[in-house]
Amino acid sequence: MKKSKPFWAFVILAAVVYGVVQFFTVSGLLNIYYSNLIITISINIILAVSLHLVIGITGQFSIGHAGFLAVGAYISAIATMKFELPFVLAIVIGGVVAALAGLIVGIPTLRLRGDYLAIATLGFAEIIRIMLFNIDYVGGAAGMQVTHFTTWTTTFVCLFITILVISNFTNSRHGRACISIRENEIAADAMGINTTFYKVAAFAIGSFFAGVAGALYSHNFYIIQPGNFGFLKSFDILIFVVLGGLGSLSGSVISAILLTIISAFLQQYPETRMIIYSLVLVIVMLYRPQGLLGTREITDLFKWKPAKGGH
Amino acid sequence: MALLEVKNAGIQFGGLKAVSGFNMELRQGELVGLIGPNGAGKTTSFNLLTGVYVPTEGEIIFNGKRLNGLPPYKVTQSGISRTFQNIRLFSELSVLDNVKVAYHSLAKNSILSSIFRLPSHFSEEKNMENKALEFLKIFNLDNLKDEKAKNLPYGQQRRLEIARALAAGPKLLLLDEPAAGMNPQETHELMELIAFIRKQFDLTILLIEHDMNLVMGICERIYVLDHGQLIAAGTPEEIRTNPKVIEAYLGEEVTSEHA
Repeated sequence: MKKSKPFWAFVILAAVVYGVVQFFTVSGLLNIYYSNLIITISINIILAVSLHLVIGITGQFSIGHAGFLAVGAYISAIATMKFELPFVLAIVIGGVVAALAGLIVGIPTLRLRGDYLAIATLGFAEIIRIMLFNIDYVGGAAGMQVTHFTTWTTTFVCLFITILVISNFTNSRHGRACISIRENEIAADAMGINTTFYKVAAFAIGSFFAGVAGALYSHNFYIIQPGNFGFLKSFDILIFVVLGGLGSLSGSVISAILLTIISAFLQQYPETRMIIYSLVLVIVMLYRPQGLLGTREITDLFKWKPAKGGH
Repeated sequence: MALLEVKNAGIQFGGLKAVSGFNMELRQGELVGLIGPNGAGKTTSFNLLTGVYVPTEGEIIFNGKRLNGLPPYKVTQSGISRTFQNIRLFSELSVLDNVKVAYHSLAKNSILSSIFRLPSHFSEEKNMENKALEFLKIFNLDNLKDEKAKNLPYGQQRRLEIARALAAGPKLLLLDEPAAGMNPQETHELMELIAFIRKQFDLTILLIEHDMNLVMGICERIYVLDHGQLIAAGTPEEIRTNPKVIEAYLGEEVTSEHA
């Protein structure tokens, strides 16, 4: 099978990142705090990239991503804690159930546009959170005990698959169909594209990976509580995508890394943390309203384009 | 048999009858104009034909198939393609990708084949790429293929929109004010382009236009709408002298009895 140059560049980069982190972790040069930070960053990247598919590529403004994160987190926790299934299987189950939730929410709400869709998805996330509060089976407000299973290797494999799947999807006729919906839904329809199908498909794929991130998230802490999945969490993910540049996969990866590091660093200054964090966002948005990378990808920066057009 | 047959079609928005009793028959290979004053319901009838609106009365039959209630993407797949009054390109996509989107429904590989990069993904993508490149050559847009659609000059954008509509492989092409905002030179080029594609692709064309030189110059038959009603139909010569049409455009003639 033929693969393009960027693909191999990506594989090599991924192998190097994995190797370096693994080496530092095993050799003990990286303490628990930092190796945990790296796992958190990876989970945030998965979340950012999965929402990027929905908002950046398909142009559907969903602000309930934490809802799918919660579904994945709780379902996978139930799988490992109550049914004692292996962790890898629990990750898949978490993803699949989150994708199903995505279908159930997506089919009726994706007929709505703009603001209405945002409100509907926000509402869904809140429903999930309130439901979790009231189900004693998963511990209600007190939360649920979860064994620590998440390792750098599992996180990394999930991250790798997420980026690969979403970038493969984007760079195909299906991805183009989604982008055409973002650009002009009426014209996309008039070009013979089943817009509802692609909106729901993108939403379901995004939800699947949010569910996978949820599984990693719940098994990275010793306890999960419904409160972790409030609308602030949804906004955190949204901020990764918007700040990175709507439509740029590498942009959402970079902003997820930067913002997670900034946020972790600021934990030393709890009184001023949110003020500084907000200031960073305001400043970036003032000077780069199109986001860090705009709609471009990081790979575009390495391409030398000969003189453009008009000859 | 007629390619397109519209029988008494109409649409009502609440109490407002935007179009009613609309009858039209297009035969294979015809070039027909649809004219009328602003707000007469021309674009609304295009929207009826393409499935954007579902007619509240009447029937639309295309190629022997009833179109009423089909979603727009299925109407396109059955062979009606259109351009828009206000250009609707995929502005952030390249010129090439704009055309590739039109080939979307002709490719058959599944989402999974693209995710796993199976051979069918590559063959379909290659196929679409070649077809689109060939197509851009016909329209003299191949040297701009990597440019974003939004960066093209206005005339080229119109051209690209027509190219994209044609790439979807229609039997009937609907052009909504293709000459809007063009200077006489560009309009002239457009007329040549329309004549060319009609021959090249064996098309039937229905166009809405305000530029009477263009309409009278190339259309074989003309339909005239006013206040949502069909008021006249015939050859350009008949339309030019039809008193109802003159009245709709210029107002009633003041005769000595009224004075």
